[in-house]
Amino acid sequence: MSVCGPREGSNQVDTLNGGLVRSHCVGTTAVVYASDYLNKLSGEKIERECRRQLNCGCRALVIDFSDTQLVNSIGISILLGIIDVAEKSGAQIVFSDVNIQTVELFEMLGLTRHVVLAKDEREALLNLSHFETTTPVVH
Amino acid sequence: MEPSTQKLIHTFGALADLGQEIAGTGDFTEMVRTSMHLLLGTLALRRGAVVECSGPGPLRCVAIWGLGDQALKGFEIDEAQMESFLGGEIRDALVRNTSSGFLNKYHDKLTGEGIELVVPMIVRGEVTGLVLLGGKASGEEFSNDDFETIRAMVRHIGVGIHTHRLLEQLAQRAEENRRLYDELRTIYRDTVRAFAAAIDIKDKYTQGHSERVGRYSEIIARELGWSEEEVEGIQIAGYLHDIGKLIVDRDIINAPYKIDAKNSIELNRHPNAGYEILAPIRHPYADIPFMAKHHHERLDGRGYPDGLTDQQIPMGAKIVSLADSFDAMTTDRPYKRRRSFEDVVVDLRENSGKQFDGKVVAAFARAILKEVKGETRERRITKMLGKTYLEGDQVETLLTDLISDLEGDYSRKEAKAQTL
Repeated sequence: MSVCGPREGSNQVDTLNGGLVRSHCVGTTAVVYASDYLNKLSGEKIERECRRQLNCGCRALVIDFSDTQLVNSIGISILLGIIDVAEKSGAQIVFSDVNIQTVELFEMLGLTRHVVLAKDEREALLNLSHFETTTPVVH
Repeated sequence: MEPSTQKLIHTFGALADLGQEIAGTGDFTEMVRTSMHLLLGTLALRRGAVVECSGPGPLRCVAIWGLGDQALKGFEIDEAQMESFLGGEIRDALVRNTSSGFLNKYHDKLTGEGIELVVPMIVRGEVTGLVLLGGKASGEEFSNDDFETIRAMVRHIGVGIHTHRLLEQLAQRAEENRRLYDELRTIYRDTVRAFAAAIDIKDKYTQGHSERVGRYSEIIARELGWSEEEVEGIQIAGYLHDIGKLIVDRDIINAPYKIDAKNSIELNRHPNAGYEILAPIRHPYADIPFMAKHHHERLDGRGYPDGLTDQQIPMGAKIVSLADSFDAMTTDRPYKRRRSFEDVVVDLRENSGKQFDGKVVAAFARAILKEVKGETRERRITKMLGKTYLEGDQVETLLTDLISDLEGDYSRKEAKAQTL
């Protein structure tokens, strides 16, 4: 199996990387799940997973914050890095299921200028579907 | 929550994390990288770098984020630029204010990389490095509060780098001291061995005796589980145990017959004389003068110079005593040939508890047995005794029986002591 793992239609395959980061692919969109506390340790694992997915040809990233209670400064810096990498790859990025305190933090710090927020994963994938159908996929 | 309150909480959290990071003793590069992330994440800055310098010259990139690996290649800082940083205000850190020589020189490159601020890390009046920062993700200008936050956090990072350097210097000095200490120990050991050789030269029949007593003592102490430091000490005591013979007449030492009572008294002065010679010296190991003084004491109190008994005799002296006697029995003397190993074992068994400590004899026997059975790589005892001395079918049995008897005696003694 390649390091990128299976990527067929809307098949959802969970991959565990470093034992903590859960992700799956829906078409050319990768959904990566953030942990309950987004700090240096978990942030770097998410960053590595996002880079891996982009290197494998993902055209869009959804980072799901449904389990995330808290994001600290390092978490913010790492998320900005992921946004940067996604922008440079020409990939879309959506943050889904972000709690109200974290939304306020993202707004205060200006992250929402660079990323779309979605109510949940389903809405995030719907938002991206238009982008996906009109953009050629490069593997 | 009010945005200003939330910002304060976010900033305080970052400052607390930064303090913890700086105070940690982990990897230096990781500490700087984490600190930089904390700073970038506090104000949501998209890119940044931490570079360090030790005086004028090239800058060394320690951490970089959101910039190409080569973005800061070739950057240098000179004396004048350092001066301008030392006298500058935080607002001078803005790349667009080209008042600083450094910012002037690299202005185009810095703006090309998206760097908006270059903040010097100043600790104790010295520039330890620079923190280069990109713009805010919000697109807003830096506020006064932002400058204060940046200033505080950069100072923290600077202190972290400075502390790391101090620790590095300290580690270097400690290493240097350790090397010098090792050299001194080597010199001390060599000097002691030279002394041992000088002592033995006086006695033409026992050349190498002190050296061998040192080695046997070391082997016994190691077998008894002594620490490395203590083992080294007992070896030195073995080398020097007969240093008092320097004051004894050469004719008495070299008499080719058993000496008379008068000369015996003269010869028996050597343990006290050895103590007198060794006591004023500050040895790196404890009790060496006492080991020399009491190496002719016996457990039954019939030894000299003080007629001490079992518990009164230092353990080191008991070890040197056995090593000394063993070497005397296993080397040729002017008035008698060396004894067979079987004979020596009989002597050791008979005199354990009278002259020798049974525990010490058992330890020595175990060490010899290990060599006989080939359980040790080095065959140091065999080398000292001569290749054929420990050969023979009975040697292993003799040693096994001796150990068994002595350890049995010791266990019985222990049990008896507990019941009393």
